[in-house]
Amino acid sequence: MGISISNISKSYKNVKALHDISFDVKPNELFGLIGPDGAGKTTLFRILTTLLFPDEGTATVAGFDVVGDYKEIRKNVGYMPGRFSLYQDLTVEENLNFFATIFGTTIDENYDLIKDIYVQIEPFKDRRAGKLSGGMKQKLALSCALIHKPKVLFLDEPTTGVDPVSRKEFWEMLKRLQQKGITILVSTPYMDEAALCDRVALIQDGNIMEIDTPEAIVKHYPKPIYNVRAHNMYQLITSLKDYEFNHSVYPFGEFVHYTDSRTDFKPMELQHYLESKNLKNIEIHETDATIEDTFMELAK
Amino acid sequence: MKNNKVIQVEGLTKKFGDFTAVDAITFDVKKGEIFGFLGANGAGKTTAIKMLIGISNPTFGKATVAGFDVLTNPNDIKRNIGYMSQRFALYDDLTVKENITFFGGIYGLSRKRIKEKSEALIEELGLENVASQLVGSLPLGWKQKLSFSVSLIHDPKIVFLDEPTGGVDPITRRQFWEMIYKAANQGTTVFVTTHYMDEAEYCDRVSIMVDGRIEALDTPKKLKEQFQAESMNDVFLKLARG
Repeated sequence: MGISISNISKSYKNVKALHDISFDVKPNELFGLIGPDGAGKTTLFRILTTLLFPDEGTATVAGFDVVGDYKEIRKNVGYMPGRFSLYQDLTVEENLNFFATIFGTTIDENYDLIKDIYVQIEPFKDRRAGKLSGGMKQKLALSCALIHKPKVLFLDEPTTGVDPVSRKEFWEMLKRLQQKGITILVSTPYMDEAALCDRVALIQDGNIMEIDTPEAIVKHYPKPIYNVRAHNMYQLITSLKDYEFNHSVYPFGEFVHYTDSRTDFKPMELQHYLESKNLKNIEIHETDATIEDTFMELAK
Repeated sequence: MKNNKVIQVEGLTKKFGDFTAVDAITFDVKKGEIFGFLGANGAGKTTAIKMLIGISNPTFGKATVAGFDVLTNPNDIKRNIGYMSQRFALYDDLTVKENITFFGGIYGLSRKRIKEKSEALIEELGLENVASQLVGSLPLGWKQKLSFSVSLIHDPKIVFLDEPTGGVDPITRRQFWEMIYKAANQGTTVFVTTHYMDEAEYCDRVSIMVDGRIEALDTPKKLKEQFQAESMNDVFLKLARG
């Protein structure tokens, strides 16, 4: 019950949204499609959920062809599209009933699948969906996407615009769903969420840059990365950018991730340079690469 | 002693019937500060910001922004601040140049000033080749950077940024924050909300709202000490989850 994508390309007028994309999602895998806005994630999802024809290439979902067997796919997938996908004027319960009916089932029939999620919004079951907070809307949309017990779940940026607590809870729900045997393909611009997937594909401007487990991807980072800190972040960034040997300078929270263009880089030299720029409280130490570092290096 | 507080909030409250969305919040923001205004969805952030930018009346309490009272002088506030959000940024069916001219005009800049600003802005952002293209055709990252620059076109004392970097690629996100640093360095106060906790670390001070109240307000460093957390993400999780 996996997904198979072969040489998919798609253009909108003169914009090529997807360039010859190929990869597989194994049955019961939690697979992340990681990339920013405009990368092609939503276009790919629409093709896989049979809402859009590819220009070139083929794909199968749960063994069915996305073009020839679209009806079978539609019965067997759950889809949570990017923005709010529910009926604002219907209550929580009415939305759930609506989706259950459309798929020819009832809320009771597959309730055990959505119970953990739905129980958190059940106190609000008579509230109109439009009046729910972002986190609650997410949970309702997820429940509606699961109500017919799909084999494959497509979640297009389910955590965008949602606070870190709700994001964390959402991913915990996904892990529990995975244990119930569902194959899950999630797209997200949040690089830290990549670490929660079994495997990820990094996508930018319609091209897949790399596909692997999160651990393997960070191991591929080609250079040592240094955490650098000083008393003034802005001055530190400007000074590092003016340093002739820099390869990359990226702020990362309280530190700057610095990589040098030389193979024989000595942190002491950098320290002296920064001191000469009147920076104080300088700290320089090596640190591990993250998916975000790797993404930016590949995207350069 | 010169008062360098550009935002002063005292007991600011907003009620909708029985429901208290913002519960007597009190805080100040200093000139040139990068102030992070955080909170979970539904905590009351957006309601609070609407009061500060003069588009919603408080139920109780006081606030002054750029020296003007939010209840009695909301229009003066609007003239003296910049605002940028994901939902409202620029007009997709106007060109880059037309957007700059339009917003320059709204803020009362002279033709000459608009022309100067327009040339400077387009050059600084490297948009010479797309200056006559519709903004709707630009990649999101370019729109965000242009939108931020336009929000500063009238040299406001304070700029309010509502989740300005949502969905944007990590490189552009950082370029955006470098623009924020530059503006703050030049004396503009930046009031920013974000769900990226690494961005919370870039702020001078951060406040976190929970259920309508401010439950934490300090520098990122002190907040991490206070909550014995390794990152702002952990501080947020500890606070917001209780």
